[in-house]
Amino acid sequence: MEETVIQARALTKEFVRDEFHIIALQDVDIDIHKGEFVALMGPSGSGKSTLLHLIAAMDYATGGEIRVLGENLRALSDREIARWRNHNVGFIFQQFNLIPVLTALENVELPLKLTNLNKQERLDHATTALKLVGLGDRLGHFPRQLSGGQEQRVAIARAIVTDPALILADEPTGNLDAASAQEVLSILSRLNKEYGKTIVMVTHDAHAARSATKIRHLEKGALLPEGQLPAD
Amino acid sequence: MAIPLSYNLRNLVVRKTTTIMTALGIALTVAVLLSILALVDGLRTAFTASGNPLHVLVMRKGSDSELTSNFTRTGYQDLKFKAGIARNKAGEPMASLEIVTVINLPSVSNPDGSNVTLRGLSPIGIEMREGIRISTGRWFETGKREVVVGRSIAARFPASTLGQKLRFGRGEWEVVGIMDAGKSANNSEIFADLNQVSSDFQRTEVLSAALVRAADAVTAAALVNDINNDQRLNMGARTEVEYYESQTSSALPIQFLGMFISAIMAVGSSFAAMNTMYAAVARRAREIGTLRVLGFSRGSILFSFFVESVLLALFGGVLGCLLVLPLNGVTTGMSNFVTFSEIAFDFSIGFPIMATGVTFAVVLGALGGFFPARMASKKEILVALREV
Repeated sequence: MEETVIQARALTKEFVRDEFHIIALQDVDIDIHKGEFVALMGPSGSGKSTLLHLIAAMDYATGGEIRVLGENLRALSDREIARWRNHNVGFIFQQFNLIPVLTALENVELPLKLTNLNKQERLDHATTALKLVGLGDRLGHFPRQLSGGQEQRVAIARAIVTDPALILADEPTGNLDAASAQEVLSILSRLNKEYGKTIVMVTHDAHAARSATKIRHLEKGALLPEGQLPAD
Repeated sequence: MAIPLSYNLRNLVVRKTTTIMTALGIALTVAVLLSILALVDGLRTAFTASGNPLHVLVMRKGSDSELTSNFTRTGYQDLKFKAGIARNKAGEPMASLEIVTVINLPSVSNPDGSNVTLRGLSPIGIEMREGIRISTGRWFETGKREVVVGRSIAARFPASTLGQKLRFGRGEWEVVGIMDAGKSANNSEIFADLNQVSSDFQRTEVLSAALVRAADAVTAAALVNDINNDQRLNMGARTEVEYYESQTSSALPIQFLGMFISAIMAVGSSFAAMNTMYAAVARRAREIGTLRVLGFSRGSILFSFFVESVLLALFGGVLGCLLVLPLNGVTTGMSNFVTFSEIAFDFSIGFPIMATGVTFAVVLGALGGFFPARMASKKEILVALREV
């Protein structure tokens, strides 16, 4: 039986902004299994990023429930969620979000500061992660000294350095040229196929989505049935 | 484990202009505080270094200073043979009848003249003050209008250098020597022959005070009690150490003023640090969000920004210490409100004072940094990530 990594039932997120009642996500049911590489697609405002944020416990649902890696995130305290996220989730941002004053190696080492590894072990792990994304020769470079594609690869190394079960990527190729985007997608694909990582990727890009093993579409906050595309 | 310190240090370096300006503000506040503390400490050192624990100063009952005290020669004769008073090698009681008055001399800072303490004493009085040595020239001779001036007086009063003549009393007095009294207040005095001074100031019978030396510390306390309880003598006694300690009150007004100015500047510096840190939090909102996503707790974020503010203030504190360091050992003078004369002393900037300055800066940084750090820690992840 396939192990379910993410299970959402009637997941809803509503909020009020400038007097407008907005339904970002409505009654979403989804199961994502271990080892899947799922691309969440949809137009702007369809709720795909909201779903990703709820999976990462960066935001809370206003209705329904979500279990990630068997954990009901709603039941955890702020501190427990932080620890859970550090151990179980690697997050890749569209804008890389590297810490500009830290080198590539230090950026990647950062999540390991929250583990019990000693300094040497942390450096070894971070170096390995950077080599895995092809940046073994850029350890001492600061983000400003790297290209966009290289920055995103550092961000991927940072996301995988703690060996998380789940990798979440929010438009990871959105700020990259075609060649760099392809590199990033190749790495994600490799992480999924060779290392068995479960990956959920939000993307606008149909080409990027083709790297995934499964594509799910959202429209106006609703998750469309598998295989169904948005109306427009 | 917390967010690495290098993150904070490098952020301070990256925005170096802001860092330097804020640190300079803190440094100036610390410098003002340290200047005052150095001044007060220098004054205290001058007074505390002046007292010999074996010396007992005898003055008219109720007098707070030698200047306002009266002491007759008859009283002195009764006093000097009291039990417990030490004797010198010649077998004479170590008791010195002295006259203390003020004369006016033009100084470097005040050409119109400042009051200076003139002490008339006999050779036994000089013998009792072993800490004083002649650095240039010689001691005055009895029966002559000759003076020996303290090192600080010679430095601050141009008319009182060796070989010069000072005009006071009934004639001119030649400066025949410069004395070095270490850090004691005697450096701010002029010594001359007791009888010559008392004659010039027409106080041959009624002088100021008497200084006596007890055989040992226990005897000194007993001697103080004995003199205070002696109805016939009707004088008040206290140890010389106590006498000079009481004069440190001269520093209180300037200490208060300095503290007041420092407190006002501290509020400004604290707000400057706060403003800098609020700007840092606003500028690094996305980094805060990212750190949270990586697993750092709100507490880690709060601690990190708090530490950054403290580091910034620490830099300011060290800078403040460096700013005032050149003052260390510089001689200055101020009015002694007890003797109504100028006392010269050295600014004293030692480790405890610098530690106080750095601690003060750290407190400023902590006060200024707490609220911005708290704001950083309170940011919701998504809100932080969306901020530009």
